[in-house]
Amino acid sequence: MSDHKTMTLTLIVWRQKNANDSGKFETYTAKNITDHHSFLEMLDCVNEDLIHAGKEPIVFDHDCREGICGMCSQVINGAPHGGQDRTTVCQLHMRKFKDGDTIYIEPWRARAFPIIRDLIVDRAALDTIIQAGGYTSCHTGGVPDGNAIMIPKPIAEEATDAAECIGCGACVAGCPNGAAMLFTGAKVSQLALLPQGKAEAVARVKNMTAAMAECGFGNCTNHYECMAACPKGINVKFIARMNREFLKAQFA
Amino acid sequence: MQFTSSSIGRKILMAITGQAMVLFVVVHLLGNSSIFGWLNGGINAYAEHLHSLPLPIIIGVRMIMLAIVCVHIWFGIQLTIENRGGRPQQYAVKSTQKATFASENMIWTGSLLAIFIVYHLLQFTFQVISPETAALKNLVPLHSEMVPNVQGMVVAAFKNFFVSFIYVGAMVTLFLHLSHGIQSFFQTMGWSNDKSQPLIIRLGTLVALGLFLGYVTIPLTIFAGILKG
Repeated sequence: MSDHKTMTLTLIVWRQKNANDSGKFETYTAKNITDHHSFLEMLDCVNEDLIHAGKEPIVFDHDCREGICGMCSQVINGAPHGGQDRTTVCQLHMRKFKDGDTIYIEPWRARAFPIIRDLIVDRAALDTIIQAGGYTSCHTGGVPDGNAIMIPKPIAEEATDAAECIGCGACVAGCPNGAAMLFTGAKVSQLALLPQGKAEAVARVKNMTAAMAECGFGNCTNHYECMAACPKGINVKFIARMNREFLKAQFA
Repeated sequence: MQFTSSSIGRKILMAITGQAMVLFVVVHLLGNSSIFGWLNGGINAYAEHLHSLPLPIIIGVRMIMLAIVCVHIWFGIQLTIENRGGRPQQYAVKSTQKATFASENMIWTGSLLAIFIVYHLLQFTFQVISPETAALKNLVPLHSEMVPNVQGMVVAAFKNFFVSFIYVGAMVTLFLHLSHGIQSFFQTMGWSNDKSQPLIIRLGTLVALGLFLGYVTIPLTIFAGILKG
């Protein structure tokens, strides 16, 4: 496998020392990149060169590198995770780029996600939304029997579709309003669909949408950019379901 | 959190008031189409019929319409300002996948329509833009009584290129606003899912297109000299 063509790319990367720094773009050259490199491995190569040259490496979030953790909060050429359908940055490969390409790399940009450093943002606001109601209250005790609560297969599947969310925040990053409606809608729907979640459905939708606004997220204007950005392909039908739950909760 | 201060609550109010206006626009087009003569006595008879309704009904309907427009504009501006703040710094590269020109410019198409509504009311309701052709001052006989000549006023107005141009432009704006607005109503009310949504988006655009074509026919046929006073 030594016959891989290598490419040279120009990277225009957002560098920001901390939340108070105004930040700016810096240009770097990525050399000897093969089409087998993932996007993050490409950044590793650039960082190695930077370290050897005595410069500060580009700071970015990453963890599992197998497309399930949702840490890699990068907007590549204006699209969260690079814009490839249902792909996180670690699963984006350099074969999607051509030799000589110029690539813009930026962090998630939303009021609710302050930049910590370079490409790392603080996504604690998503945790705040979950803490407001993204759970079911269970009394501890004996382990319940399996299948004690029967859930029809289509309901279980739809709830699982909503539960696919990995909390990466790409929906917020892709939304022109920095709204967290897809994230919140997925959690509200997942729990509202299941019998265990129905008991607290009214309080949940009210509290979670209130937390969403308090965290500084914008409002939904139905562009559906969130759905295009979601690496798990979560559908905006869950936003509609949350709207329905919200309306129902007003009369409960 | 109050319904009128919550994100979804305000959007629901936007959706309901918007949809009420869509219904008004549909009924308004049906009424206006009487200018083509399907109603005995044409648009003059239609206008006379509306004006002969009891005064409390006329004033009541106008007040409700005004309230609907005010709620839609108020929350529209408020939500737009909040949403602009949701992403304080834009990306260096703009790359949208699903957003459309219509969906991104609702505040501007909405503002243009608000200005147009004021102009339209001054022209054909209060009749102060061209007082010499005002229907209220030019009565014509209809079924043995004298009624305002609405047909004459509308035809005189649309014979002017600029007036026709403004109306066609306003209807393009209406088409853009509704092509996003109608489908948004269903999504915001929670009346859509993954199967119905693509259909709702297409039907919404189709209704917006139908309204556009219906409305522009009036100035275009008058300007072309097909429909006469």
